[in-house]
Amino acid sequence: MKKEKSGGLLNQKIGRRSFLKWSGAVAAPAVLGTSIGFTKLKEADTVLAESKDSTEKIYYTSNGNNCGGRCVIKAHVKNGQVVRISTQIKEEENGQPALKACVRGRNYRNMTYHPDRLKYPMKRVGKRGEGKFERISWDEAIDTIASEMKRITKKYGPASRYSVYGWGNGYGVTSDISSVNKLLALTGGYLNYRGNYSSFQTGTATPTIYGTGSSGNSYSSLAYSKVIILMAHNPGATVFGTTMRTYLMKARENGAKIIVVDPRYSESAKGLADEWIPIKPTTDTALMDAMAYVIYTEGLHDQAFLDKYCIGFDEKTLPEGIDAKESIKAYLLGEKDGIKKTPEWAEKITGMDRNTIKYLARLYATNKPGALMLGNGGQRHAYGEQHPRGGALLACMTGNVGVLGGWASAKGDCAGRPSGWQSRFSSATNPVEASISCFTFTDAIFRGTEMTAEDGLQGADKLDTNIKLIFNFSGNALLNQHSDINRTKEILADESKAEFIVVNDIFMTPSAKYADILLPGTTFLERNDILNPWSDEGYVTVQQKVLEPLYECRDEYEVCAAIAKKLGVYDKFTEGKTRREWMDDYVEAVRESVDPNFPSFDELCKKGVHFFPMDDITIAFEDFVKDPKVNPLSTPTGKIELFSKTVWDMNQHDEIPAIPKYIAAWEGPEDPLIEKYPLQLIGWHFVRRCHSIHDNQPWLEEAEKQVMWMNPIDAKKRNIKDSDKVKVFNDRGTIFIPVHVTNKIVPGVIAVPQGAWHSADKNGNDVRGSLNVLTNSRPTAWAKANPQHTNLAEVEKA
Amino acid sequence: MGQVGFYINQAKCTGCKACQIACKDKNDNKVGILFRRVYEFEEGISTKVNGVFKTSLQSASLSISCNHCDNPKCVQGCPTGAMHKRESDGVVLVDHEKCVGCKYCTWNCPYGAPQFNDDLGMMTKCDTCLDLREKGENPACVDACPFNALEFGEISELRAAYGTINEVSGLPSAKFTNPNIVITPNIKE
Repeated sequence: MKKEKSGGLLNQKIGRRSFLKWSGAVAAPAVLGTSIGFTKLKEADTVLAESKDSTEKIYYTSNGNNCGGRCVIKAHVKNGQVVRISTQIKEEENGQPALKACVRGRNYRNMTYHPDRLKYPMKRVGKRGEGKFERISWDEAIDTIASEMKRITKKYGPASRYSVYGWGNGYGVTSDISSVNKLLALTGGYLNYRGNYSSFQTGTATPTIYGTGSSGNSYSSLAYSKVIILMAHNPGATVFGTTMRTYLMKARENGAKIIVVDPRYSESAKGLADEWIPIKPTTDTALMDAMAYVIYTEGLHDQAFLDKYCIGFDEKTLPEGIDAKESIKAYLLGEKDGIKKTPEWAEKITGMDRNTIKYLARLYATNKPGALMLGNGGQRHAYGEQHPRGGALLACMTGNVGVLGGWASAKGDCAGRPSGWQSRFSSATNPVEASISCFTFTDAIFRGTEMTAEDGLQGADKLDTNIKLIFNFSGNALLNQHSDINRTKEILADESKAEFIVVNDIFMTPSAKYADILLPGTTFLERNDILNPWSDEGYVTVQQKVLEPLYECRDEYEVCAAIAKKLGVYDKFTEGKTRREWMDDYVEAVRESVDPNFPSFDELCKKGVHFFPMDDITIAFEDFVKDPKVNPLSTPTGKIELFSKTVWDMNQHDEIPAIPKYIAAWEGPEDPLIEKYPLQLIGWHFVRRCHSIHDNQPWLEEAEKQVMWMNPIDAKKRNIKDSDKVKVFNDRGTIFIPVHVTNKIVPGVIAVPQGAWHSADKNGNDVRGSLNVLTNSRPTAWAKANPQHTNLAEVEKA
Repeated sequence: MGQVGFYINQAKCTGCKACQIACKDKNDNKVGILFRRVYEFEEGISTKVNGVFKTSLQSASLSISCNHCDNPKCVQGCPTGAMHKRESDGVVLVDHEKCVGCKYCTWNCPYGAPQFNDDLGMMTKCDTCLDLREKGENPACVDACPFNALEFGEISELRAAYGTINEVSGLPSAKFTNPNIVITPNIKE
């Protein structure tokens, strides 16, 4: 029997040592370079937790990285080493879907044992950004950080200190960022940031409409939808909620029609949907305006809903003192600007055929209940704040708000689910009140003192100092994930601006190269935590420590505690608790506020996941729709503010209108710059990466290579063939990347999967295909957020 | 147990390759060795007339390992008898006491299933995760699929449930080897 098993023999022959050997042999793709500046590496297998237990044991765990989903990972451990990863297969006893890991989750064994792991603390020895480092002791690292914190705080004040947004690898009850922020808060404070790079536009706009970002039903409601439109939304690859895909599949089984509107034929278009309708990037709101026009002029709208629950669809419900021509109806009919927002009008902007626009409008308006679900991709452009507002308008016009199978659209976090965000760890108050949008941190490095409310500065009229000290823990937004990499490099490289940069990570990322002190972090398999999915789905997963930290890697909580000790705030930082004890504190907090029967941490480790007691289905704004007087929304009027007086009073009507309006994007299809750079460039979330995480993972690179998509029409014009290496460029920089010539992208648009680790050749050109070399650092009008799908570029054969 | 096989529901497959990575993890396969592979097919064209897009694009991913064929060409072409089809359930296996690494099987298999392992100097391939099956579990790829697009079982039962389609756009004709797969296609004829 044994000799028949090819797998069995292979396992016998390739033992632990040789596994590590081959994992070393295949290391990173050549373009990434190897272990820059490392001195001799420790032998990987000498520091692994030794265990004589040769029987395979399975431990539940879960990764709290920067993914919206939380899946159940089963770590198979033998002889002290993780030998295999598997995942939850069967649905929960309570009928909740299995929380299956995606392609990224299947690679975690390699990620943990990757030979390029940062192994010990290092200090910079070359120029900043050059990537030359020298090994130091943990004592020296902690001493240096503490003394630099003291020096800079004394010289420039606490507002000169900043903790960069980004959750690459650290998330949960005592996440890396909350550890850093607590440390900074306890030692004088730090410049706050608002928002994120994922959803700040919709996060800013949606609450002005609905009073909350939780405008989604539970995903289980989707099983009752008759039509589902996924606009700029790709749950087939990006996991915003782990249970979402199950219910989309259920909806389809139940006969729902699922349509994907996207410039790309996405994974969702292929495996989850019935139809793909392509569109030009940045023009979704023109489509939605035209759909609204069709629905209104054909009398398919729910006038009673608009009258009873909404502000500003027509003159009847406009706030007092606002001219009738400012209503949505007046806008659609062109009463002020003379432009009717017809399908013919939108056809020219979107590239979508007028009949297709009519079809989509009628389909959505006549198949109720329907769910118009917006992805965050649609709001990540110059005027992305209009995207969720357009969605909300259509949901209200069709009365799909507050009903089973409907969807109020806009941001769409699940409403009414018990929340797992209950950590009491980060309770320290930051004495500094000033805050910037996270996307403007590079500005705050070189012109912080010049920033005003117009730049999104809040909590202070002005800043007394620029950013001088930077903590970048577990994120890659210091450089790689921020727009305009060449600009950022220049800002970061200047040691007279940001004087001290501390980075913590598990790999030498492009951001890590800009560290003055670089610390080796732990992976989720090396620490305990409890994790919540982004959109409250009503469950938490356990992150169970199954390995002692490898090499000299240290848990970030321990690192911040050690710095706190140097600075005399250890007790305030830890509050007398170890990281493990904060898990117990979390359990206590959840028992008090959400679920008295919440399991202990040890019990949670045995179960892997805990679902809070809750209704099978929850409907956003159900109570409000039942009785809007008794259950008003938390908007100023208590109603759905399709016209927002608050926004009107901001008095920036051209760029921040009071109603949803299509605004032609700079570097969009209507920008004259398109003469020079004729292609719209967008990024997308690559199925084999989570943002920039996993870029250096060989199995995942084998699964999906970093390539740019280009339509055959555009390729032919440039004499480009499939697999050719091309040069993609605009005024901000140049990347080299292989091209995939495909009809899966609309003509006139090119797409580069975002998150590839920037790697420059001797001329400073990127050779890995890192999108942000080409993206714009100009923030959006309203949220001051990242507009990373708003780029024009040109391509030629390399 | 009778002949076993895989059911592949292309209509639900997003092409994510979770199955491929789960297979590699289970079998410790380095880059270049793919017991399970995911291919993508694309048909149709796009046009842009007066700035308006039209597309007839159809696309599908196909996740495939060894099809444990009724008429396995890899077995017929093996000079040492290492590649064999076991009687009990029709799984095609490599006997590593006989394999000399000549790679004839890779030339004969129209599906690219046998995978040469440099470290062993021998051929390796999908064995339907025999060890997991002995424990009553599914092959790793099947349990990995987030979209439940793969199933494993007796081919007669899979055919009764899902029909008899065993070739789709991009695959060689089934007549050569009689593969034990059932497919629900995503590309409409």
